Formats: sequence, structure tokens, C-alpha cells
Amino acid sequence: MARVGVFVCWCGSNIAGTVDIETVLEAARRIAEVVHVEDNKYTCSESGQQSIKKAIKEHDLDRVVVASCSPLMHEVTFRRCIESAGLNPYLLEMANLREHCSWVHRNRGEATDKAIKLIGMAVAKVRRLEPLIPIRMPVEKRALVLGGGIAGIQAALDISKAGYLVTLVERLPTIGGHMAQLDKTFPTLDCSACILTPKMGEVLHDENIELLTYSEVEEVRGWVGNFEVQIRKKARSVDMVKCTGCGECIEKCPLKLPSEWDLGLGLRKAIYRPFPQAVPGVPVIDREQCFVFTKGKEKCRACERACPADAIDFEQEDEVIKRRFGAIVVATGFSLFDEKAYGEYGGGQYKDVISALQFERMVNAAGPTGGHIIKPSNGREPRNVVFVQCVGSRDRAKGIPYCSKICCMYTAKQALLLKEHLPESQAYIFCIDIRAGGKNYEEFVNRVQSEYGAIYIRGRVSRIYERGDKLIVKGTDTLAGIPVEVEADLVVLATAIASQSDSPQLARILRIPYDEHGFFSEAHPKLRPVESVTRGIFLAGACQSPKDIPDSVATAGAAAVRVCELFASDELALEPAIALVDAERCSGCLNCLEVCPFEAIREERVDSRRVASVSESICQGCGTCAAVCRSEAITMKGFTSPQLYSQIAAPFEEILKELEVEMPSC
Amino acid sequence: MRCLLVEEEVHQFSNLVKALSGEDVSKCYQCGKCSAGCPIASEMEILPNRIIRLIQINSKDTVLSSSTIWLCASCETCFTRCPEEIDLVRVMDVLRRLSLEEGYRCPEEGILRFNRFFLASVKNYGRVHELGLMMKYNLASRQPFKDLGQGIALFRRGKIPLRPQRIKGMDQIKGIFAKSKPFLEREASGGGGR
Repeated sequence: MARVGVFVCWCGSNIAGTVDIETVLEAARRIAEVVHVEDNKYTCSESGQQSIKKAIKEHDLDRVVVASCSPLMHEVTFRRCIESAGLNPYLLEMANLREHCSWVHRNRGEATDKAIKLIGMAVAKVRRLEPLIPIRMPVEKRALVLGGGIAGIQAALDISKAGYLVTLVERLPTIGGHMAQLDKTFPTLDCSACILTPKMGEVLHDENIELLTYSEVEEVRGWVGNFEVQIRKKARSVDMVKCTGCGECIEKCPLKLPSEWDLGLGLRKAIYRPFPQAVPGVPVIDREQCFVFTKGKEKCRACERACPADAIDFEQEDEVIKRRFGAIVVATGFSLFDEKAYGEYGGGQYKDVISALQFERMVNAAGPTGGHIIKPSNGREPRNVVFVQCVGSRDRAKGIPYCSKICCMYTAKQALLLKEHLPESQAYIFCIDIRAGGKNYEEFVNRVQSEYGAIYIRGRVSRIYERGDKLIVKGTDTLAGIPVEVEADLVVLATAIASQSDSPQLARILRIPYDEHGFFSEAHPKLRPVESVTRGIFLAGACQSPKDIPDSVATAGAAAVRVCELFASDELALEPAIALVDAERCSGCLNCLEVCPFEAIREERVDSRRVASVSESICQGCGTCAAVCRSEAITMKGFTSPQLYSQIAAPFEEILKELEVEMPSC
Repeated sequence: MRCLLVEEEVHQFSNLVKALSGEDVSKCYQCGKCSAGCPIASEMEILPNRIIRLIQINSKDTVLSSSTIWLCASCETCFTRCPEEIDLVRVMDVLRRLSLEEGYRCPEEGILRFNRFFLASVKNYGRVHELGLMMKYNLASRQPFKDLGQGIALFRRGKIPLRPQRIKGMDQIKGIFAKSKPFLEREASGGGGR
């Protein structure tokens, strides 16, 4: 006979407002094997927990039912509570009287009746629960950081400073990310390079950090504490050890190509560094363009002749690196919405309609125009510059219903920079709203209007077309209620923040969920904002949602702390409520292997028979395998068939008796 | 279609208003609280917040020919409540003045007439002679018996004197009018036509 204690929570008026607690207590006392029942205004409070502990001792309880909220909310709380009173933490069952009852019903009588049934079900299950012991695994104390933008850089530095090893993998030939393309940053107008490049240098010289640029993750196996990762280091065609970074090779290369880094506003060579302050400073050869690769081995080789360090290596091959990591921080950043989708804005055919990132490169002193703002069509200085916000953002028809969050602020900043660079110029900003939530943000936007004379016009631009050498921007001033037309010399489009186009592929490699827009999903939007659902994989920066620099740095720091938390102990305690295969019953069909979303099941040989086997440390206890198992060989610990059947049968006990059907005894 | 013109400097009108009133209308973020509290808003074709918006985008003609600037009773509810502390009353004053100076047709002739009789009375006596003002205004607007009943009631209780009463410091009143003479003369010679 079990000795079950039932603890009914009022949750203030959340439950007690709809459910009649007295009646529930009465009914609970009549349930078999229940030896103690009590209520509490807030069972989760310190006094509520004390009361549970006291009751366990006084009434010698061996199983506990807490009838309160969702287990998502407080299962961990109450497990810890009964554990500290000497019970196995898995001898707890929660009856959800709040989300499943009081919050979704109005009728007091019916809600009370349902509450009683839910408690009956919980008692039926708790009686059959068995103690479970967490699984312990060793931890590989090396972190993998994916993405070398500001978020990845910050996470890598933070983890390294805590004394752990880090491998930072960046797809491009340099770290720095989008932040390295920017000129000044809102709202303080810090020069982006001045605050970023020292951090980039720090990464390069940090002894705990292994920097792999021009590299991509190809495969991730394993689990928290022990990820096995395969990384492809693409052939740079330049020996990273020999190269001194002098740049002679770049000088001599005869090919001139549009620079991706400058978004087509400038040129680069076939052997190049994306920008002069690139880290590492070792150039890379673009094998799709270089004559040696396109025209033949004996062609050109100008760079090779110019190199004083004999570092050019046309024969270099991709290198595949395999490493073990205890945790992964995903900081792969964002991409930008392609403005060509807007035919009404010219669809890319007007040279003087540019994207905000192009404007950023233009206004940057290290950019293709040396910091001069010009009309790309004729190189002249513009006078009237129109900024168009929400190009893509908040446009359901274009598939982006969300706000990109940073455009209001960077547009205000660009209007300010425009005025500083060209005092005679005038900025017009078309916006839907001005979203300036952030420290000193609203004040910044106000300054741009009153001190820098930017004219904000509330309304989306309907059309942009050419008239002579001017661009006519048509819109409506919805505040004044009049249609407006602005004759512009230059138009800057604030294109939406989108996820990286290949983020779903990466998500599949990492086995982490992502949302309908390709942004990686967090485990809980408020309480676990930098953790992915997969244990040991954390999120930082704009790969999760549009973020500005302060937010990216903050989430990177938070993710780093989570990594350090894992590494602080030598062993990991893993959830024991997982699948277990009974090899004797297993028919070896391996349907379970097919459906497992975590790749936790592998094939094994037992007495020359093929059977399924579960990796304890990968299994997340989702139960999909148990559901497809035809021979019922898979048991979900803490959710066994006998436990669940008795739980389901509990509310129908009387009906079953009447029908003279036997209760499933299992 | 009325359009925002950018041939001239877009800040021209707001700068002028700022120079004359001391109020920076670029601070306005269009919350609409001024219009929400305005006791006369229901009579206005263009609401006070929209007047500010039109100044921001250089729509001078629309603003200076609007009736709003004449209907404003200068009660200061807007200014008292404005989160950006823009003194709309000062702005309205400046707009009325500009409207007259630049010869815009006033769509509220009655109000203009009333203001003139009011000022004439103040000029002569240093204060308003209510009976005289009422009679002059009603005669000029061809409704001589309009306030007769109310006038008699007030008169019986001694609320409005029959004869005008001149205040003591008339020289100071003269000083005030002398100071504003250039404007009043311009106003008298201008008027109409725009």
C-alpha cells in the first residue's frame, strides 16, 4: 500500500476562484491510499513547500500529488522539495488544476468535478510510479561557437575568460560579421570598427580560442557534454603559417571583381581580404574567379610571384577537422531581405535606390567611397535623400509579418550621419511607426528631428520612379492626411532582417527547432531565452530574432554563462525519464530508429539478433518510439503503460464497474 | 492633388513660426492630446495637431487659410497638457498674425470683426465697454436684436454699465498701441486678395 499525500493549491484566486477547494479536499480524502490531504494559498511559496516537507515526515508519505499548475511551471520546484524531505524526486505527480481546469472553465460545479477527476488520475498514476535515478555523464570541457560576428566573438571571449577552451568557426574568410561593415552605431555614435576590431584581435591572440575561418560545420553527432563535430576548413590557397599579411599578392592580382563586402559598391581582387582590418589578415583566393582555376594551371600566377613568403598554395585542399565539444553556441546571425521583391520601388533597376547596408558602406571612411555619400549613378553629392523604412518588415504579403526592430534606429542614425557629412542635404524618412525602445533611443530620434532637421513622414511609400535625373518618391502623409511626393537624389531602403537562407539546414545538422521564418527557437521565450530546446546548444545574437548590437552582446554573454554552468561540474546529470528497450521483446523492425527525432536509437546485436538500443544521454523522453513499437518492447520510464492506463481509467472507475469491465490491472 | 513641395527649403515655414513664437514644432510627435482636449475641436475642419503637422511639412497655405487658427479660443488646455510642452496658443497667435500680414482671406469674418471692435474699445477706454461692443458687433453683422434679452437682464442687475468707463492709466494703453502700430497699420492696408 502506498501512502499518498495530496496538496491542493489555490494559486490565489487563479484556481480557488473557479474550483471549490473544500469539495475537492473532501473528495480527495476518499481516494484509496491517500493518507493526507491539505490545501495552501500558494503551494509553490516557501511556506507551501515547508508544509509539504512537514507532511511527508509527519504522515510518513511515500508519494506526493501536487494539484496546482502545469508541470512545465513547477515540476522541478516540487521535485526538489520532496527530494529534500528524503523522497525520490520522481515519486511526484502533478494534477494541473490551473491551465487544464480553472483557466479554461467558467462553470464552478463542472470545474470542481473536473478538478476532482484530475486529482484522481494523478493519484492513480503516482501509486504506480517507481523511483528513478538521474544518469551521469562526463563533460567535454570545450565549447564550439558557430559564427564570428559580434555575438560569436563575445561568447567565445566570455567562455575563454572563464578558463575553458573554445573553437570559433566562421564561414567567411574573416570574423567581424555585419558589425564590421557598419560606420557608427546608435545611439552613442561609437565608431563600429573602434569598438569591434580590438575584440577581433583579442580572439586571434587568445590562447584558449581556436579560430577556424573560411570553415563550416558539416556534421554534429552526440549529445550535451559530448558532441562530435565535423568541420570543413575550406582551402584558402594561402598558407596561414607562412603568410605575413603584407598584401603584395593582392596588389599584383590583375582581376577586378565586385566586392561582396561592399555590396557591389566597390571592387576586390581574385585574391583578397574582405576589408583591410580583416582577422585573420591572411588573404584568400576566390577559386571560382582566379585564372589559375578557371583558365589553367600555368596561367597568371602573379600573386605567387609577388609573395615574398612563398605562402601561395594553389594545391591546398579542404581540411576536415573532427573535434569533441561539451556545448555549442549558435551565433550565425542574419541576412537581409532582398529589396528587388519590391517592383514598385524599382526592383533594383535604379542605381540611386540603394539598401541601408550599402549606405552604411558608403558613409564608412574605410568603405568603397572613402566615406563620401554620393549618387552611385553619377558620383555627385545628393541633396534630398529619402529613407524608406519597413522594406519587407511588417509586410505580410512579402512573408515578413514581424518588425525588424533595428531599422527605425539605424535609419535615424543614417539621417544624422547624412547631415553631418553633407550639411546642405535634407533627409526625409517614410515610416509606419518610430519604434525607439531602448536606452537613450527615443531621445536620439528626437535629436535627429529637432537638431538635424530630418522630416519624418508617416506612411509607406507607394512607388518610386525616375523623372530626369531625379527619383520621385510617392507616399501619403497619414498624419496630415495628404498625398506627398518627394523629389529625391538618393533613396535608401531599410531592408528587413531575415534569417540566414540556409538556417534550416544548419538546424537539421544541429537538431534544433526553428520558426516559420528560419530563426532558431528558444526553449522558453522568457525564462530560457538563450537555450535551444536541445540540451547543450545555446543561441546568441540575431540567429534567434532580429537584434541590435547591445542585445546581441547581452545574449552572447548569457549563452556563455550557460556554457560555463555546464562545464563547472565534471559530470552531467541527465533526465532519467527516457525510453528503455526490452531486448527480449524487440522484434528488430527498427521503426523506432526511423521516427526518433533525436537520432537516439541505434541498432545493436544481442545473441546475433538485431535489436534497437537507446542512447541514454541523447534520448529526450519524447515517447515517439514507444508509440510506434509494435511489440511493446519500449518502456518510457515515468510514463509506463501500466502507469498511463491506470491514470486514464481512473475517472471512469464507476462506469467500468457498472459495465462489469475489469479495471486494467497491468 | 496637394503635394509636399520640396523646391523650397522644407523647414522654411516651421523656422518662421519658431522665430516669431519661440516654439519648436519639430518636437511634436503627433500624439493628438491637444486635439483630444480642445473644447472647440468639434467645430474645426483641421484639428490642432494636424495644424502642427502641416507646419512641419511646410504646408503654409493650408495652415494660414484655415479656420482653425481663428476658432482657437486661446484657452490653453492644449499647452497645459502637451507632453512636449509646445505652446500651441503662442503658435496660433503667430499664425493669425501671419495670416493677416500676408493677406490670406479669413474664413471666419465674424471673429475678425469682433476682434477689431474689441481692440477699438480697449484702445479708447483701456477696457472693454460690453454694451458698446455688443451693439456695434450685432449691427455690423446685421443681427441687431441678437443678444437683446440677455443684455437687458444683465443691465438690470447692474452687470453692464450704460456708459463706457475709462481706466486710469490710459497713457500706458496708448504706449501698448503705439508699439503695435506698425503691425496694425499693415493689417489695415493689407487684407483680402490672397
